[in-house]
Amino acid sequence: MDQMDVPLAPDTSPPPNLLELFLAFTKLGITSIGGGVNGMMHTEFVVNRRWFSDKQFLSGLALSQSLPGVNVANLALWLGFQCRGVVGAVVALAAVVLPPAVAIVLIGNIVLRLSADPAIGAILVGLAVAAAGLSLSVGYLAMRYACVDAVSIALFTCTLIGATVFHFSALVVVAVLAPIGIGVGFARSRHERR
Amino acid sequence: MKDDNLLVSLFLVFAPLSLMAIGGGASILGELQHSVVDNQHWLTNKTFLDMFAISRVAPGPGTLIVTLMGWHLAGWAGAIVATIAIFAPSSLLVIVIAHFWHSRPNAAWQGALIYGLAPLAAGLVLSSVFTLLSNAKGGWIAWCVAIVVAVAARTIRLGPLTLMAAGSLVFCGLLWAAG
Repeated sequence: MDQMDVPLAPDTSPPPNLLELFLAFTKLGITSIGGGVNGMMHTEFVVNRRWFSDKQFLSGLALSQSLPGVNVANLALWLGFQCRGVVGAVVALAAVVLPPAVAIVLIGNIVLRLSADPAIGAILVGLAVAAAGLSLSVGYLAMRYACVDAVSIALFTCTLIGATVFHFSALVVVAVLAPIGIGVGFARSRHERR
Repeated sequence: MKDDNLLVSLFLVFAPLSLMAIGGGASILGELQHSVVDNQHWLTNKTFLDMFAISRVAPGPGTLIVTLMGWHLAGWAGAIVATIAIFAPSSLLVIVIAHFWHSRPNAAWQGALIYGLAPLAAGLVLSSVFTLLSNAKGGWIAWCVAIVVAVAARTIRLGPLTLMAAGSLVFCGLLWAAG
């Protein structure tokens, strides 16, 4: 609790202007290959540029990972909002999304033409399989992190079995289980406070 | 007229996925594959997996796979519609929450959201992996390579691109050896 008493203001620089914001997040969007840029973002935004305090960054990170949407995009929205309100959020999002969106169409155009070749086709399947392996590792870590008690284990198990075995739409799974999970989470945090 | 209908369908298929992407883009891949390959018949399984591979190797968030799909199906207009559909709904939600957060920071909210949504995210990510792998060419070879890559990602300090390249080479070698 001690860190709550530390004043945050002296740790941070004045907020960046929109161009600085756009350029910083463009760099972030382009370099976020295969996921896992959070450590780099922390160095860039908190340590080097001092746009955010540790606490601002970490609470933004935790929320952008748990709210719906792409993690990097959500973090950009969150941090952009902290700097320059709604306009800042939209500028940061555009910077993260647009340059790589053009890149994937240009790269995809070439690769999809070549994929009829059996050797290149096999390499692509191999890349997809290996990428699924990376997701497997991320999913395993997420499971270890999320399953903290009987309720969270039940939520996890229902989601996994519902989506995989019974082929329930993710929309149905989320619409049913998210309110239960958040509700229990609320009750739990109130209980802990007492 | 037909093109307009396709753009509308693209939006209607991708926009709900935006709000299901709890914990990130990896959690909607299974649902995306069901919608695009099985329900809409827009893509073959092979093209879907090719696009998945491209989206993981190309710069930027992997969710831009929908941009590539939109472009493939309906040109640049399709790419734009697909990108807006996948980012706009979740982004609106984040901005609204950021707005309330800014005026009233509250740790209880944050804890409750994370507690309630993290198990769903983990379940959806793992379910997506199982769907992808059960539709991949190579059967047991695909499963073995994926598991080895997953273990390697946790034990060896290599970047994701290196791991993917190595995994792909091993997969091709095993596929060739198995005939």
